[in-house]
Amino acid sequence: MTSMTGLTLSAPKERAEAAGARRSARRRAALEWIAVHSLAVAAALFFILPFVFVFLTAVMSDDQALTRDLWPRTWEWGNFATVWNTPGFLTWWRNTLLYAGLGTVLAVASSLPVAYALAKFRFRGRNLAMMLVIAMMMLPPQVVVVPMYLFWAKQLDLAGTLWPLIIPFAFGNAFTIFLLRQFLLTIPKEYTEAARIDGCGELRTLVRIVLPMAKPAIAAVALFHFFYCWNDYFGPQIYASENPAAWTLSYGLESFKGAHQTDWNLTMAATVLVMAPVIIVFFFAQKAFIEGVTLTGVKG
Amino acid sequence: MTAVHPRPASAGGPGQRARRARSALRTLGFLSPWLIGFCVFFAYPLVSTVYFSFMRYDGFAPPTWVGLKNWTYVFADYPFFWPALRNTLWLVVVMVALRVVFGLGVGLLITKIKTGAGLFRTLFYLPYLAPPVAATVAFVFLLNPGTGPVNTLLARAGLPEPGWFNDPAWSKPSLTLLALWCIGDLMVIFMAALLDVPKEQYEAAELDGAGPWQRFRHVTLPNISPIVLFAAVTGVIATMQYYTEPLVAAKVASGVIGGSGQQFEPGYPDRSTLTVPQTVYNLGFQRFDTGAASVVALVLFALAMVFTALLMRRRSGFMPAED
Repeated sequence: MTSMTGLTLSAPKERAEAAGARRSARRRAALEWIAVHSLAVAAALFFILPFVFVFLTAVMSDDQALTRDLWPRTWEWGNFATVWNTPGFLTWWRNTLLYAGLGTVLAVASSLPVAYALAKFRFRGRNLAMMLVIAMMMLPPQVVVVPMYLFWAKQLDLAGTLWPLIIPFAFGNAFTIFLLRQFLLTIPKEYTEAARIDGCGELRTLVRIVLPMAKPAIAAVALFHFFYCWNDYFGPQIYASENPAAWTLSYGLESFKGAHQTDWNLTMAATVLVMAPVIIVFFFAQKAFIEGVTLTGVKG
Repeated sequence: MTAVHPRPASAGGPGQRARRARSALRTLGFLSPWLIGFCVFFAYPLVSTVYFSFMRYDGFAPPTWVGLKNWTYVFADYPFFWPALRNTLWLVVVMVALRVVFGLGVGLLITKIKTGAGLFRTLFYLPYLAPPVAATVAFVFLLNPGTGPVNTLLARAGLPEPGWFNDPAWSKPSLTLLALWCIGDLMVIFMAALLDVPKEQYEAAELDGAGPWQRFRHVTLPNISPIVLFAAVTGVIATMQYYTEPLVAAKVASGVIGGSGQQFEPGYPDRSTLTVPQTVYNLGFQRFDTGAASVVALVLFALAMVFTALLMRRRSGFMPAED
């Protein structure tokens, strides 16, 4: 710290001054520690208290949920079972898993070769292709939803299912392509070129050399995509709302609130059950997550 | 999309031409999933949207040409367009600005924490993971004027109790609060950027006698300004698409989720949460007015592309690296 500069001086008076400076520096550091950590605790309360209140309400009795009480008088763990056994809740789970799981596998599998070509091949129109990928990535889904709905509903008769949301992922997902390309750019050319010189075709280079190196990035991208689907509300609203058998958790949660107008406790129990899987997965895959977020940001 | 070879084409014999053709085919093969996706899910619907914006079409009777009628209807007579645009602009200005400032603040805080940094980081990040519908339902509950914990605490402290999602003046601030709660993505991006600032620059500034504010102003900010810009522009683009939170908040707060016979009032309360993407849904899927929905969709498209172009111009990292 600043006091270190005083240490080289040796006259007794100056040494005493240096000790004083050191003490005041230490005091300043202690004060800063207290300030920073009180702010951190305050911020932590802001981020965590909503979860706490949601949870506390989720385990209240029906009567108590109608009051302004903050702390449950009795702990009604059965609320979670009530929600779980609501007709449809398991179907929403299954549908969400199908949409997110299948959608993610298709999106990653179809985006990887595209990202590889954009990162490693030299061809005319590559910049244009990259710009179009970014444009697709930034396109609000509402812009194209009317013709797309007509396409899926009138031509293919798939309204009331989740297939209009899953099938397009088999044809590359712009965000996934973009993120994977960002990562593939960081793989040194020497690896792919060595493989090429050894007579490896591009597809084999991709599968044998690049794929193993890209595993962490693929994990991050897959997680992102999975959560995008898991959280999607607009897509299921457009294509699945007419058929309750095709609802997802996000869409179903809203209707659950509609069916239990005054029962905040049950609605909060359902909310907890929708939030919990994501948070559990996060604790298992924290590193991949954070990596993915930074991948979106800066590397170029 | 033909392959480009380092050597000039004229030098090539028949063998090289074959190789070039093969390499072009290979490129096409790798790109093919996306090329199909681009045509079917981007180019076709965009062209189709332009077409429908000049047509009258209710989804059943064949479309008929109406010229600019849809355009004048949206801008002059459709009651939701201007309120929606105003709300979207409000959110673009206030919500994005606050999110960037707050995200930077939380990112800075994280880099300063000495004890329990990992725990704090996880706690700060968690809300970002909450599915938007669940987070919105939770916030409508937390802020509901009747039994909500927030107003309960405010009342105990003797403070005024706002109507939050049920008051037109408070509904957008409530949505902003929700957006600030989910700051995890920006926090991580800013944290990474802050840790990348060269330490020597801070030490040099400190030797020059710069205080904390001056260090932030003259060392931190210049170093992270590209990230601030990135966060702002992507925030603007995301806010153009802001759909789920305001819609779910309005539905849950109004108590009308769209059951039998109930008509949900878009933008409850008093159109204050209506956003531009919601009007596409309202026109196309509730009023079955494909033409007017296409007009709003094109307005949304133009807005999104303007900001995307801005992003691409200012951020070289977004563009293909030259190698």
